[in-house]
Amino acid sequence: MANSELTAKTATPLARMADAFRRGLDSDVFHSFKHSPVTIVATVVTLVMIGASVFANLVAPHNPFDMATIDMLDSELPPVWEEMGMSKYLLGTDNLGRDVFSTILYGSRVSLFVGFTSVVLSMVIGIALGLIAGYKGGLIDAFIMRVAEIQLSFPTILVALLINGVMRGVLPPSQHADLAILVLVLSIGLSNWVQFARTVRASTLVERNKEYVLAARLIGVKPFFIMVRHVLPNVMGPILVIATLGLASAVLTEATLSFLGVGVPPTEPSLGTLINVGSDYLFSGSWWITIFPGAALAVLVLAVNLVGDWLRDALNPKLR
Amino acid sequence: MALLNIQDMKIQFPSRRGTVEAVKGISLEVNGGEIVGVVGESGAGKSTIGNAVIGLLEAPGRMTGGVVSLHNERIDNLPFQTLQKIRGRKIGMIFQDPLTSLNPLFTVGQQLVETVRTHLDMSESDARKRAIEMLDEVGIADAENRVDQYPHQFSGGMRQRVVIALALAVNPKLVIADEPTTALDVSIQAQILDLIRKLCKERNVGVIIITHDMGVIAEITDRVAVMYRGKIVELGQTEQVLGRPEHPYTKSLMAAVPRSDVKLDRFPRVSYSDGEVKQHQHIDIHSHWLGKSRDYVQKDGPLVRCENISMRFTSRYSIIPSWRKYFLAVDDVSFDIKHGEIFGVVGESGSGKSTVARMISGLYTPSKGKIYFDNTSVSDLKTDKELDPFRRQIQMIFQDPYSSLNPRMRVFDVIAEPIRHHRLAESKEQVTQIVEDLLEHVELGRQAAWKYPHEFSGGQRQRISIARALATRPRFLICDEPTSALDVSIQAQILNLLKDLQQELGLTMLFISHDLPVIRQMCDRVAVMQNGKIVEVAETEKLFTDPQHPYTQRLLTLMPTLNFQAAV
Repeated sequence: MANSELTAKTATPLARMADAFRRGLDSDVFHSFKHSPVTIVATVVTLVMIGASVFANLVAPHNPFDMATIDMLDSELPPVWEEMGMSKYLLGTDNLGRDVFSTILYGSRVSLFVGFTSVVLSMVIGIALGLIAGYKGGLIDAFIMRVAEIQLSFPTILVALLINGVMRGVLPPSQHADLAILVLVLSIGLSNWVQFARTVRASTLVERNKEYVLAARLIGVKPFFIMVRHVLPNVMGPILVIATLGLASAVLTEATLSFLGVGVPPTEPSLGTLINVGSDYLFSGSWWITIFPGAALAVLVLAVNLVGDWLRDALNPKLR
Repeated sequence: MALLNIQDMKIQFPSRRGTVEAVKGISLEVNGGEIVGVVGESGAGKSTIGNAVIGLLEAPGRMTGGVVSLHNERIDNLPFQTLQKIRGRKIGMIFQDPLTSLNPLFTVGQQLVETVRTHLDMSESDARKRAIEMLDEVGIADAENRVDQYPHQFSGGMRQRVVIALALAVNPKLVIADEPTTALDVSIQAQILDLIRKLCKERNVGVIIITHDMGVIAEITDRVAVMYRGKIVELGQTEQVLGRPEHPYTKSLMAAVPRSDVKLDRFPRVSYSDGEVKQHQHIDIHSHWLGKSRDYVQKDGPLVRCENISMRFTSRYSIIPSWRKYFLAVDDVSFDIKHGEIFGVVGESGSGKSTVARMISGLYTPSKGKIYFDNTSVSDLKTDKELDPFRRQIQMIFQDPYSSLNPRMRVFDVIAEPIRHHRLAESKEQVTQIVEDLLEHVELGRQAAWKYPHEFSGGQRQRISIARALATRPRFLICDEPTSALDVSIQAQILNLLKDLQQELGLTMLFISHDLPVIRQMCDRVAVMQNGKIVEVAETEKLFTDPQHPYTQRLLTLMPTLNFQAAV
């Protein structure tokens, strides 16, 4: 105890971080992590899938976008363990002769990128509006929350489709392919902020009447700084949970939109696009083109959801 | 033969960071018709004993030794179902919070009838009759009609009476009351204690009262057990234990209880503690940054003047103004606070005293009336630029030490924030220096700066709050129930600290409390508030010796007095 006091006081930022890390390992949250095998597996799976997709160009056996390496004669080959399978193509090839395993890695990179950025977008919008609504109250609060509720009364996918359609209508067709990912991020991000806003507002309503906020007001701290410096750090717990669960649902929404053909173009496929393309060949016997991307999507979403569920329980003092 | 016999009870709470021994082998007897008090500070293990007797120890806590017997029959090792019968039939429990110990969805009568019928073989109509009798007995007027009302239709004190009726409905032999009056106002506390005493004697019931309040102990108990860190350090007749305490802990505890009869200069230093006393660096206040706040021009007249201020809250909002409903929290209040005095405001909960404090501090804008600080009408100021100089001069210390510090900020940043905001220091190094000096001055030590609030106890947190309030070099300090969440020995230390600071720095203070003895020890002048109005303002001595208003007189007679204290 006395030792950590001294190090904390005289410490360099690095030593202080190490101290924080050591305290993190000793915390209740980490303790609950260690005792939940399901969560450990889910975290490992999530990290492996994220890692593999981020470093797809290093991990993948083939580059599915390099036309020179693709041979049309190799198209629709089944996975290795099937009769016609080739050891070169672990999970078989698709209709263009691309290695399915490699396309999955490159595809989840697109899916995860869209997922992450759209969650960050919803988070930024949701936190900002939630903080303002909760802290200011009154008419501003009523206005923001009514807008949120109206949006919430439509299914998320419908809102995303609507935003997507509007933006595609506004943009010139020649730019659709280039801006497809941006449009996707915006439409998913804008359709998911409500959850964040509602959660942040609820926590803010509790926090703003606590005496430390009153003390800050007495000092004369501006509302903006009270919201950011005092309230925000204290409402972050539930946001983390929603963000994790939101990542899973954003990846799913992206896949759905791409499956419906309004997501990323087939030249730069995401998991949803792959499933969409492959589904045409499902009944001609080439099941692997659609099943493997589908399985990858299912495993990723499940793993992220399990991590999110654990986080929710671990951060909830009532369940501890 | 004793009614309840506890022999060498030991209770442990195993946790991942080692086992906590909450109760370390205590023995206690309770006879029928006797009220035994268990008194101690928070964490002494007093509630744990009550819970263990009735079999409500929270997991993972468990009894690791000892015997509990009721009527010579062991009850600590019974299977769950048998125990449930016994505790329903023979042991009643009264909890602290009457708001949560009744189910809001059932009428009072339904809850009483259910309890009676679970444990006694009675028909529905007989049980109802019994319920009405019980309500009558605990002093609820018009029991016939009120039996069909819901808990929210009863006031706090009335609800606690219902809880008592519930506990006594099946004629238990033993009643355990855990802080039965802590959530209640002093006038209601007296009634509830009288009621418990009366029922105990009439029905020959043994009662264990668990409390931290020496006043309650003195008022009602026959015998008292003083607990300190899981042990009973002193056990005996109440009069003897409180009047002629033998154990040093009891002595120090009694010394820390604010006296209602004489005003002392300081509280006697509580000497009994296991921790070593750290020596803190003393700073010379007059040459120090803290003391150099005398750049204010002293003006004539009072420092704070409240002119007919009122505050109304909207209790139901509507777009159409005439449909709105208001609640008048403060009603046309006027008073002055002179330079350098400690001005007390005393009143029961809901009397509007905190609202007054918040209006003066600037957190609320009065609906009517004006507040002058140094002859400037602060309630008319709007912009930050105009308000900042006044914010710097007026600071506040809050009641709840657990919510008044941002849990995500280091203590250093908590205290540095006002200094940085008002640009009171010239350099980063000076900020660090000031924060460390402030922490030394409130006797926490400079190492405290690098920890987070959760690493401190309630009293230590309150010291951090005080350091934060001092960091703007204020002239006027508002203390809103600064010690009501603290143990009595800690309270004495905090009050001493506040007094010292007030004298050193020449502060003017507004001191709000519901506790009359504390007010007497701290204040120069006192205002008594009732239902949003000030009924009396007087010099402290005069108010306590010669109260004018009937409400003040009533409050004073209800004030629990420790008659034995003179002997200390």
